[in-house]
Amino acid sequence: MTRTPSTASPPVAAGAAGTAAEKHGTAGRRSRHRAPGGASWHDRPLRRVTPWLFLLAPLALLVTFTYVPVGNMIFYSFTDWDGVSPDRNFVGGDNYTELFTRPELFKVFAVSLYYLTASVVQITVALYFATVLSFDLRFRNLFKGILFFPYLINGVAIGFVFLYFFQDGGTLDSVLSWFGADGDHAWLGSPESANTSLAGVSVWRFTGLNFVLFLGAIQSIPGELYEAAQLDGASRWQQFRHIIAPGIRPVLSLSVILAISGSLSVFEIPYIMTGGATETSTFVIQTVKFAFQFNKTGLASACAVVLLALILLITWIQRRIVPDERVDLV
Amino acid sequence: MTVAVPDRDPSRRRPRVGTALTYLSLVIASLVVLVPLLVVFLTSLKSYDEISDGQGALALPDDWLNFSNYATAFTDGHLLTAFGNTAFILLFSITGTVLIGSMTAYAIDRFDFRFKGLVMALFLIATLVPGVTTQVATFQVVNSFGLFDTRWAPILLYMGTDIVSIYIFLQFIRGIPKSLDEAARLDGANSFTIYRKIIFPLLKPAVATVVIIKGITTYNDFYIPFLYMPSEELGTMSTALFRFKGPFGAHWENISAGAILVIVPTLVIFLFLQRYIYNGFAQGATK
Repeated sequence: MTRTPSTASPPVAAGAAGTAAEKHGTAGRRSRHRAPGGASWHDRPLRRVTPWLFLLAPLALLVTFTYVPVGNMIFYSFTDWDGVSPDRNFVGGDNYTELFTRPELFKVFAVSLYYLTASVVQITVALYFATVLSFDLRFRNLFKGILFFPYLINGVAIGFVFLYFFQDGGTLDSVLSWFGADGDHAWLGSPESANTSLAGVSVWRFTGLNFVLFLGAIQSIPGELYEAAQLDGASRWQQFRHIIAPGIRPVLSLSVILAISGSLSVFEIPYIMTGGATETSTFVIQTVKFAFQFNKTGLASACAVVLLALILLITWIQRRIVPDERVDLV
Repeated sequence: MTVAVPDRDPSRRRPRVGTALTYLSLVIASLVVLVPLLVVFLTSLKSYDEISDGQGALALPDDWLNFSNYATAFTDGHLLTAFGNTAFILLFSITGTVLIGSMTAYAIDRFDFRFKGLVMALFLIATLVPGVTTQVATFQVVNSFGLFDTRWAPILLYMGTDIVSIYIFLQFIRGIPKSLDEAARLDGANSFTIYRKIIFPLLKPAVATVVIIKGITTYNDFYIPFLYMPSEELGTMSTALFRFKGPFGAHWENISAGAILVIVPTLVIFLFLQRYIYNGFAQGATK
């Protein structure tokens, strides 16, 4: 009844998805079959050097700013280096032992749980609005724009906006007082409410991204499916359950992985808003403090290695659960 | 499609309530998004006395045309310098990313060469390494080049770690028929000419996507300029705004004005390029 075939963006998105999916499997083989026609230039030695000329700068940057740091980081994590002095001593696994045995260092992972919970809320909310807005509604584009916009805003600006929002007698308190709740909370004052507030900000900020990803995926589901379902008398919920949910599964699982690794590496908002005070310090804030305030480069590197290992592990699990198809879907 | 279903169908009643609830949820969500921003905008127009008189954050400003906070934020917050630095970094890192990304994609898709698999793997594995984790060690690399506290540090980092753009280009380049290259080659064009005259112009949609995504993330990035450019005169929009915390202390009218000044360019770009931005993020974020 209310659904129009959504033509807002599909031409590009759907087209790209289709061709990409086809090419994905055959690209490797095709390029090998190309040779016969161009045999004359194919044999020249210049030809063999050409790709490397194009790859020189990218590879140099890649190695210098990704692989060398990763290698060094693993090396530093076994030393007691302070980041400045010329001598560093090999200390074996001491940094790791310290990291895992001093409970106050490991406690920061508990903070991640707040953000993990927030991601669940975020994904649910995004999924709801993406479903709702993929059907025809008045002011659809306006709502789309409003929901997505926070994702584009500068993180520092968001930090200040919400610092003001959560102030004593600030926006939140004023709004709550309209509903009769007494307007005096130190939202950022106790560890629990501070972390909840910060996690709330992250929901506010990132829901838009999930929303747009889901929206794109839903729109790439062929419209006839809904029409058929409607003729069969399927309700909205049934349509969601049997058409939309399976159709966007790959994007959904990607979002879950991004949410988990994102929750482990939260930095910006808590650093800007509380500086990690009142037990809102996250793993990355702690790492940055070790490295650049306390000059414990060795320990900071061990932190970073642990985080990297965790994220690689999560990605690996995700690849096992949802094989490669995810890359070409949206 | 609207099918004229006779009114006796009882199930037609229910969607009405459903629709109302849907709109209600959308309006609430919009308010949740807009109210914090709106309040900051209101605050930016108030005077210090208005804020401290305890009327609450939602009170309207006395003078809607009081832009003095903006002037203060702009001059005392050194936002002009910040804007210059941000523009400089944006220009170089975006140009660099587009060139590097498209060249890499061209080399990988159009040539067969030894170690091609290895090169692909290097780029692939790099996507898995989150930037924040390696900064401790990257810092030492940047420092050893003497680039610490220069604008080149962020520029090189933005160019060197952007794998997403390479993937976007790679996907587009696969859609360009190889017969075009071969025809040009028969006419005597070399690989570089083919890249410059045929491939690059055809990559325009991908370039637009990369420019938008890269532009927005670079403009908003806080971590890299914060770590690598501590000098005050090297502030970007993010770090300059962050420094408001100190000198302006509880002067929320100035901080709010600064935040609005930083947000406005994003808002303008978003309003003009909405469509491309949606597509860009849908394509970019999953690669």
